[in-house]
Amino acid sequence: MPETEEAQRTRVDLDRDYVRDVFRAMLKARLLEAKLSSLYKAGKIVGGVYLGKGQEAVSAALGASLIQGRDIFAALIRDQAGRTAFGEPLLDCTRTYLGSVLGPMKGRDGNIHRGRPREGMPAMISHLGAEVSVVGGMLMARRLKGELGGVVGATCVGDGATSTGAFHEGINMAAVERLPLVVIVSNNQFAYSTPNDRQFACVDLLDRAKGYGVGGHSVDGTDLLACADVIGRAVRLAREGGGPQMVVARLLRLSGHGEHDDGSYVPGTMRDSHLGRDCLENGIVHMIEQGFATVDEIERWKNRFTEEVQAAVAQAQQEPTPDPWDEDWRACSSEPGGGI
Amino acid sequence: MSVTYIDAIRDAQETLLREDPRVFLYGQDISKFGGAFKATKGLAEAFPGRVLDSPISEDAMIGMAVGAAIEGMRPIVEMQFADFSSIAFNQIVNQAATHYYRTGVPVPLTVRLPSGGTPGSGPFHSQSMEAIYAHYPGLVVVTPATVADAYHMLIESVRLDDPVIYCEHKFLYRWLKAPRINGDGLPIGKARITRPGKHATVVAYSAMVHEAVRAAERLKDEGGWEIEVVDLRSVKPLDIDTVLASIARTGRLLALGEAFPWGGVTAEVVARVCAEGFHLLDAPPRRLNSRDTPVPYHPKLWAAHRPTPESICLALRELLSF
Repeated sequence: MPETEEAQRTRVDLDRDYVRDVFRAMLKARLLEAKLSSLYKAGKIVGGVYLGKGQEAVSAALGASLIQGRDIFAALIRDQAGRTAFGEPLLDCTRTYLGSVLGPMKGRDGNIHRGRPREGMPAMISHLGAEVSVVGGMLMARRLKGELGGVVGATCVGDGATSTGAFHEGINMAAVERLPLVVIVSNNQFAYSTPNDRQFACVDLLDRAKGYGVGGHSVDGTDLLACADVIGRAVRLAREGGGPQMVVARLLRLSGHGEHDDGSYVPGTMRDSHLGRDCLENGIVHMIEQGFATVDEIERWKNRFTEEVQAAVAQAQQEPTPDPWDEDWRACSSEPGGGI
Repeated sequence: MSVTYIDAIRDAQETLLREDPRVFLYGQDISKFGGAFKATKGLAEAFPGRVLDSPISEDAMIGMAVGAAIEGMRPIVEMQFADFSSIAFNQIVNQAATHYYRTGVPVPLTVRLPSGGTPGSGPFHSQSMEAIYAHYPGLVVVTPATVADAYHMLIESVRLDDPVIYCEHKFLYRWLKAPRINGDGLPIGKARITRPGKHATVVAYSAMVHEAVRAAERLKDEGGWEIEVVDLRSVKPLDIDTVLASIARTGRLLALGEAFPWGGVTAEVVARVCAEGFHLLDAPPRRLNSRDTPVPYHPKLWAAHRPTPESICLALRELLSF
């Protein structure tokens, strides 16, 4: 794995606080998502639950590379870790999943379709690839306002989204405008149940970066330190004026598409391969071995995050759900002429 | 000197760019070239960096506008032809239209759709998309029929905090002239009585307003019929009050539109009039739309595809004789 070797070479340069941020977000997201899965299986969550299990290193490395309050992060379906690293409160997640009217979506949208657009976190729609141009537009606005300096906009997609027209149009537009956009392609081998060989015919999705005229990076998504290194570097390049950057991460989704899906289409041999390594379990070993954290620290973090997750779930569960009678049922903020 | 409909659109954009630093224009060939219809002629030079050529990427164009609007800008996107907005359909109806309801953050973007048929334009440069977009909650859909409305409604569209689909009729671009841009102050959401009458009401919008007036003049000459013409101006919101008030005077309704006949604005008008003003009707309400085929290329076929003063007169005579 040449990328891993490259990461090995540069590990000494990795910022200790950054790596610890990445790891903590991975751990917190894993604990939160385990809880969400239990709640779903207990029938406490209406609608789907979509986990980022196995993709936390990629997502958190991106989230921790971005600066909340300055940068833009359009998280997608498997980005709990990135959201956490970026600074989204746990309550935004639990309130949205559990339907609290106090959440950012007020029960009008659920699960991973949440965001705080005015705080640099657009709320994804289900149509894949569609956020790429939205982040591009947010960056264009910053440019027009003279506020683009040092700003990065980022979004994540999966292998499936790379087949959409929206992805192609969005990344091409960003390249034409030379925007500081980072697009992470987490190639988790399956778009729902469709394997790579039914999704695209190029040898490596990374080749597309050349076609688009954007920076291209490849990383072993199961390796926390490699992700921290490569994704951190891609964000830095974009921030320093290097134009759009595309990172292709190789990994395996360690859950179903959603918790309703057992993922039985994933061959056992693939699960047992390098791709199927758990980035968190593997990451714990690396954190300790490379001196980024001690066993005790990790244990303390785990205990603290477990409590935080419990508290966020308990609070959201106690909060009011939306009342149809209080809902204003308005899709426009203005009502020219008094309505439809 | 006179002002054409396309001049009004250009001038409105100039006014907006001058008065509001949040406004910028994005679209294919709109910068130095001035747009396929010259609706942005000279604006790139007058407002450097704010009139931007886009790639041929309608989806990304609207996605970009949504992102910019989230960040407080007021983008105006020119679709080269309304027909091509089908490529941007997802971003318009799922991203832009749902945004305020989902997040509480409005997205003030305006999409200009050069709409409707012109001779020789054929199936893919002639479509009327207003009904498609009006169907979706969260969008405002306007269909100006006059030079003054073309100007004032574009200004108002950009000032609204919500996404607006601005349907400008290509047939009116250079044919429709006014001595100057006068406005009567009607806001989006209010219909106008273009021509008063007492025997029947034609509810129309966009270019069909003018065809309705022509038909009304013929029937006036032919038999002294006084046909009232209501210009909806915006199809969403739809000013049903003005329509009902007109039918209260005339007792008869012809809903007229250039779009395809299945569903759409004319069906919505008839449905609402039947539901809310059935007692006002002295005759079954009628609809007149284009034929149920793609818009044909040849001018002879095209002229027979869309409603014309002749076919409108025919429909009105049947309505009046009931």
